[in-house]
Amino acid sequence: MRLFGNARYRFIEARRKAYVFSAVVLVIALVSMVANIVLIGSWQNYGVDFTGGSLVQVRFEEAMDAAELRSALGGAQAPPITSIGSEGNEFVIRAPLAEDREVEAVALEIRGQIQGAFPNSDIEVVRTELVGPKIGAELQQKAALAILFSFALTLVYLAIRFEFRFGVAAVIATVHDSLITLGFLALFRVEIALPTVAAILTIIGYSLNDTIVVFDRVRENLNAKGGRREDPVALVNRSINETLPRTVLTSGTTLGVLMALLIFGGAVIRDFTTVLILGVLVGTYSSIFVASPALLEIQRRWGTKDLVEAQRGGPRGPVSGTPPSRRPRKKKRGRKGRRVAGARA
Amino acid sequence: MLKSLRGRIIFIAVILGICGYYIYANGLKLGLDLQGGMHLVVEIDDPDGTLTDEARADAIDRAETVLRTRIDELGVEEPLIQKVGSDRIIVELAGISDENQAKDVIRRAAFLEFKLVRSWVDFAPDLPRIDRVIVATLGADSLSSLGRDVQAPTSSIEELLFGAASEEGDSAAAEEGGAEAGEDAAVDAEGEQAAQDDASEAEEDDAAVLSPFTALLNQGSEDGVYLVAEEDVEAAELFLSIPEVQRAMPRDISLQWGMDPVGLTGRIYRQLYVLNEDAFITGQMLENAVSARDQQFNTPQVQFELSRRGGRRFAEVTGQNVGEFLAIVLDGEVVSAPVIRDRIGARGQIELGGSTLQEASDLALVLRAGALPAPLRIMEERTVGPSLGQDSVDQGRIAGMIGLVLVVLIMCTYYRVAGVLSVFALGVYVVLVLGGLAMFGATLTVPGIAGLILSVGMAVDANVLIFERIREELDAGRAVRTAVEDGFGNALSAIVDANLTTLITALILFQFGTGPVRGFAVTLSIGILASFFTALYVTRSFFFMYLSRKRATDPISI
Repeated sequence: MRLFGNARYRFIEARRKAYVFSAVVLVIALVSMVANIVLIGSWQNYGVDFTGGSLVQVRFEEAMDAAELRSALGGAQAPPITSIGSEGNEFVIRAPLAEDREVEAVALEIRGQIQGAFPNSDIEVVRTELVGPKIGAELQQKAALAILFSFALTLVYLAIRFEFRFGVAAVIATVHDSLITLGFLALFRVEIALPTVAAILTIIGYSLNDTIVVFDRVRENLNAKGGRREDPVALVNRSINETLPRTVLTSGTTLGVLMALLIFGGAVIRDFTTVLILGVLVGTYSSIFVASPALLEIQRRWGTKDLVEAQRGGPRGPVSGTPPSRRPRKKKRGRKGRRVAGARA
Repeated sequence: MLKSLRGRIIFIAVILGICGYYIYANGLKLGLDLQGGMHLVVEIDDPDGTLTDEARADAIDRAETVLRTRIDELGVEEPLIQKVGSDRIIVELAGISDENQAKDVIRRAAFLEFKLVRSWVDFAPDLPRIDRVIVATLGADSLSSLGRDVQAPTSSIEELLFGAASEEGDSAAAEEGGAEAGEDAAVDAEGEQAAQDDASEAEEDDAAVLSPFTALLNQGSEDGVYLVAEEDVEAAELFLSIPEVQRAMPRDISLQWGMDPVGLTGRIYRQLYVLNEDAFITGQMLENAVSARDQQFNTPQVQFELSRRGGRRFAEVTGQNVGEFLAIVLDGEVVSAPVIRDRIGARGQIELGGSTLQEASDLALVLRAGALPAPLRIMEERTVGPSLGQDSVDQGRIAGMIGLVLVVLIMCTYYRVAGVLSVFALGVYVVLVLGGLAMFGATLTVPGIAGLILSVGMAVDANVLIFERIREELDAGRAVRTAVEDGFGNALSAIVDANLTTLITALILFQFGTGPVRGFAVTLSIGILASFFTALYVTRSFFFMYLSRKRATDPISI
């Protein structure tokens, strides 16, 4: 079986449509974040992991009406209650940290109220979380640092393994993906818990993974005989098409696995899985429609500057955009000799 | 090639054997979210920031030792007690049944002191001064907002302090009258407790004018013990917490609350003891402590034994103070205050009237393990009930199985025999990852399972990259063996770069993450390394095996 065997889609030519699409989605993402700042006071719906507070997950013997539970916990003043699972008997009650109150007292109070309101039903407290405000603030900071660090390190890595512009293009695509994911989280007010941050970082990893496979092919085609003389647009297009079967198959398989997780994996990781599914979709899209065009745009815009630097023998020796005739090609081929030889058809 | 093939198969078999051994021997450690348990982060409680960095670091070191001893005695299997940074301790207790008990045992400072109870007479002369300071510090406004019936003072704070205003004299007189009335009642008989209450209540309105603190105090039947109505406790605690008030306290006296409330004539009171500031014995002189039942009343108690030095001191002080009351103070609260009937040696007991035997044995445990150098505050707490954990394991298993079956189906339909080979390689991969987890003693968490399943997807990706390359080479008209060789060679750079960047992300997650996120990072990292090895070595070996059964000109199924 073979999908997209000899695909010749003109992806790069369609990039303007992609730009419009990305722009629209990004605007929606940013608007959601701003709207959240106005409406709920924070650009994301941070969970107790980050704000500090308590979370109590209770399980009733039988299905329970959420409204009934809410009224037992104080009606309009009740803390947010979410029903989880499909049987309607499990609820997560979140109590944000009130000022001047011990977190523990809040958790105890919730337990007491529930047990007091439903003395006859069998209640099991299956999970409690309690995060002090100091820890919450630290976690926010750590999460932001983690994301920034991963950007910085991958940029450095790609600059070393590829060329600087590849790194920049990959980071642009990754930032694009992260923003869309964050916008999605903001739009649906998905609660940001620790695993959500892990999911965002995984998306960054996945998106990079996808982009790198395409870029690897671009690099290879570029270094192949006559590659530097080929029209860059055609070359990138060819590279995308050549990797298309792999892109589709891998994304498909990963999506399949994630769907299995989403459907059968239980309520605790549902948000986590949803974010990952979105990330895989966006990551696949961006490797084709964002990263690759970005690579070309960077070359088009700053290509001449690279040329000047290359002529001066600047530090970015092998930066491309340089006409092939002036490149120290032999050295280059020597370094990647094995790959070039293999690709010779 | 055949010889190297045999070597490869043996190598893979050996690695599988090692992994199998570790899985069998170590087993997979399930995280707290999977087997149920409690995760706590505690910190030295120092709200005023009075501790220096060294003092804090020293305190946390000692606290860690104390906690370790306590938790060992609690009998939790494989507890994790880990110091993080300079001021925090992480405690992870798997599969505990009563989290509140565990929390109490961990958090209780268990600072035991023996102090002599003083008489009212020693403290009463200082009360007017304390009242004045309270009024001066808080002002009438905040006092009335506390529900105290304080008249707006016409005099300035200076006047109040230096006794220039006439109101002050009046109120002092009224308050003295109140105290006398109370004393009389106490002297009479216990049965007249109600009368005393009435008397002090009658005085309350006047007394409260400018003696907010004294107005809260009632004298009970025992000398040196004030009774404060339950609803007034909060206000009294507030007054006592004012720094100026603490400075105004007599130097050798401390006021400490009784642990349990007492009921008298239909009202509930807390006892406020007038104690010697200095303890003549502390928990450091304690040699042993066990819980027991009082033979006579069948109430729980903790029997303790003092060290030789402590025993001598105990005997000396009790010998000199026969007939006095001895307060046993635990973490700043008076547990009991028995009368000293005789000289007591190295043994004694603490009566715990209102507690269960379980609480008594917990108390004995923390006393044995020693006091914490400073009280601890719980910064973070996560508990997962065992049933939820079991659910997560089951769901993770089902999701993992279905995900794997899906991958197997896709690979076998798309790549035929090569797909089957990759499925075998995937099997090796799963054993490798589980073995790796067992080897490093990594704990499997819920996000960890997700990471595992995700890394299966990545492992497949490596195989897909290789197979696509082989197909391309075959399309270009190459001989089968060359195509396979080049396919692996050409896919290498993409696999290396893709896996390494993901590994970078995983390592960052490990660095910045805590708890479950760390678990995710660990499984993802092990998964990436394993997928690296599987794709580049195992799949390749299986391919060689497949090719070795064919003639060079035979087509391959890919």
